[in-house]
Amino acid sequence: MNRPALSWIRLAALVRKEFIHISRDPRSLAMAFLMPMILLILFGYAISMDIKTLDLAVYDQDKSAASRQYVEGYQASGYFRVAGSIEDYASARAQLDRGQVHLALVIPSHFARDLEQGRSPKVQVIADGTDANTATIALGYAEAVTNRFSTVRQHATIELAVDNRVRVWYNPDLKSRWFIIPGLIAVIMSVITALLTSLTVSREWESGTMEQLIATPVQPIELFLGKMAPYFVIGVADVLFSVAMGVWVFGVPLRGSFLFLLGVSSMFLVGGLSLGILISTVAKSQLVASQLAMILTFLPAFLLSGFLYSIDNMPRFLQVATHVVQSRYFVDVLKAIFLKASPPRFLAEDLAFLGLFAVVVFVAALRKFKKKLT
Amino acid sequence: MSVPTTSPLPPSAGIIETEGLGRAFGELWAVRGLTLNVRRGEVFGLVGPDGAGKSTIIRMLTGILPPTEGAATVAGFPIEGGEEQLKTRISYMSQRFGLYADLTVEENLSFYGDLYEVPRRERGPLEERLLGFSNLTPFRKRLASNLSGGMKQKLGLACALIHKPEILFLDEPTNGVDPASRRDFWRILYAMLKEGVTVFVSTAYLDEAERCSRVGLMHGGRMIQCDTPQRLKQGIPGRLVELEAGQPRAALEILSGRFDSGHVSLFGGKLHLYADSEEEVAQALAALGEAGIEVLGAKSIPPTLEDVFIQQVTHTPQEAVS
Repeated sequence: MNRPALSWIRLAALVRKEFIHISRDPRSLAMAFLMPMILLILFGYAISMDIKTLDLAVYDQDKSAASRQYVEGYQASGYFRVAGSIEDYASARAQLDRGQVHLALVIPSHFARDLEQGRSPKVQVIADGTDANTATIALGYAEAVTNRFSTVRQHATIELAVDNRVRVWYNPDLKSRWFIIPGLIAVIMSVITALLTSLTVSREWESGTMEQLIATPVQPIELFLGKMAPYFVIGVADVLFSVAMGVWVFGVPLRGSFLFLLGVSSMFLVGGLSLGILISTVAKSQLVASQLAMILTFLPAFLLSGFLYSIDNMPRFLQVATHVVQSRYFVDVLKAIFLKASPPRFLAEDLAFLGLFAVVVFVAALRKFKKKLT
Repeated sequence: MSVPTTSPLPPSAGIIETEGLGRAFGELWAVRGLTLNVRRGEVFGLVGPDGAGKSTIIRMLTGILPPTEGAATVAGFPIEGGEEQLKTRISYMSQRFGLYADLTVEENLSFYGDLYEVPRRERGPLEERLLGFSNLTPFRKRLASNLSGGMKQKLGLACALIHKPEILFLDEPTNGVDPASRRDFWRILYAMLKEGVTVFVSTAYLDEAERCSRVGLMHGGRMIQCDTPQRLKQGIPGRLVELEAGQPRAALEILSGRFDSGHVSLFGGKLHLYADSEEEVAQALAALGEAGIEVLGAKSIPPTLEDVFIQQVTHTPQEAVS
């Protein structure tokens, strides 16, 4: 075929037409901005791994100065609040059952005597394991309080062999919001991009305008680029908007290069918008297209991108599967740019995969699209 | 322009030629065994009820629906393999309104001008002419969604003509359009014919079929007759008698019992009766008289295409269709 690869006149006409559609449909334009905002607010506030106060029930059988000092350690740590004293195991069970307390602490009657005589007294901590995450953290804190009590007691007699000073870099307070928000932006954008383009193409199949279009000399690549260009602009605006919300509403520091962030986002957007186009080559109704877009982007982005759950902790086969999840690379890069100010060369692998994804999906969509009715 | 405008076609050859063309959807054949030759400059009408396969034929010939069997060339290009070349020389107006409702008249027109890469210099006068033709000039800034049904179809036609196609494919273009707009529509088509455009149009209106230079009668996916309207009408055997009876429904019932189905039908308040001979007419009149139905008048009339169609459909053996 000696046809030119692309006609600029046609491409320009398609882009212009798409911009007109968007500008005359304020509702869908509003949706393109309200959706990321609502999702950011909902998930940004709802998902929190931080544990603020743990309620503690104390069953102190010893009632000595030492046991009171030990309980005092829990209060002083700032993580626990003594919700009340109890006098038997039955009430400990009752309070845990009702969810009134997270933990019950049992101090045996010979606690002070054992300490005096140099024997290690045993204390019991009972945690509500229905929320395993909270229980794990609570037990960790309890252990820390106990260790601290022991070292203070022993300090007069034994020198510590190793003095362990722990520092956390990039997020010293371990604020979960700091790593959730950048990842959340990636998750939200991957859903929105696929949704936007898949809907706009399937709408044309539904309304019958596509039947008319495929009977003209228009080429698929012109059609796709024409569809993607306006939504690319909207996508960039969405990213800027979400980043601004992350910084100013949620207080996440943007330490890396803003231009780099914009560049990576552009690569990501091309891939995401192409995925939407690919979806629309299969789904020719808006309903099916939106369902497919949600299934193919939201679930993988939420579960397999490393946004909330570390990929390193997944079983091997899932780890392999995450490589086809585009948002995985974007989550990784966004967290790194936001918190670590990583330069591009540290993220070369992620960038390469983002580029590869965009190219493969776009070419697949071109091959899959036929100017035919079925 | 990326494609040369001259067609690689000798002037004598048909501009549309099909050979045993057929299309099945699953087990069902929508069209089968279509062999056809449409000459340059003709208005070819495809006539038949819904589901007869008219749209399927047009979609195959415009290169957007692959055939299941057979072959066809349109403007000299095969519909399989040459569909992208043929698309630059034809226009297609689908049965559904295929323009953008949220674009104005003008925007739709210039969008289609761009799709066919019509040079901007030629565009202005051509757009004016097409808008004037279709009486859409006062509405050029109006959104397509706010046009009446007839105006929408005329806009569709204007968009289809912006690149001066060699063949215009129209799938039931006047379906649901008011009579005034239908006249406008045909006026534009005739003007196009003078410029050498070939028109391939499907319609369920038999009065419109009369305007075509040749008509193909479609029934159950088969083309059962194909000729000029004149010859089709001459071709029916026997004679057609129009009866005016006091009780047309009762008369229909009585005559239906005596004649084959398709020979008697009700047109408005009058009965049309196909009779093989004068004798049969006399017998029919006698039968009505016996039943006490008053016959107010009986005269021989020239058949319309509708008569031809009804007669043909009922005379086509079923095995030829399925």
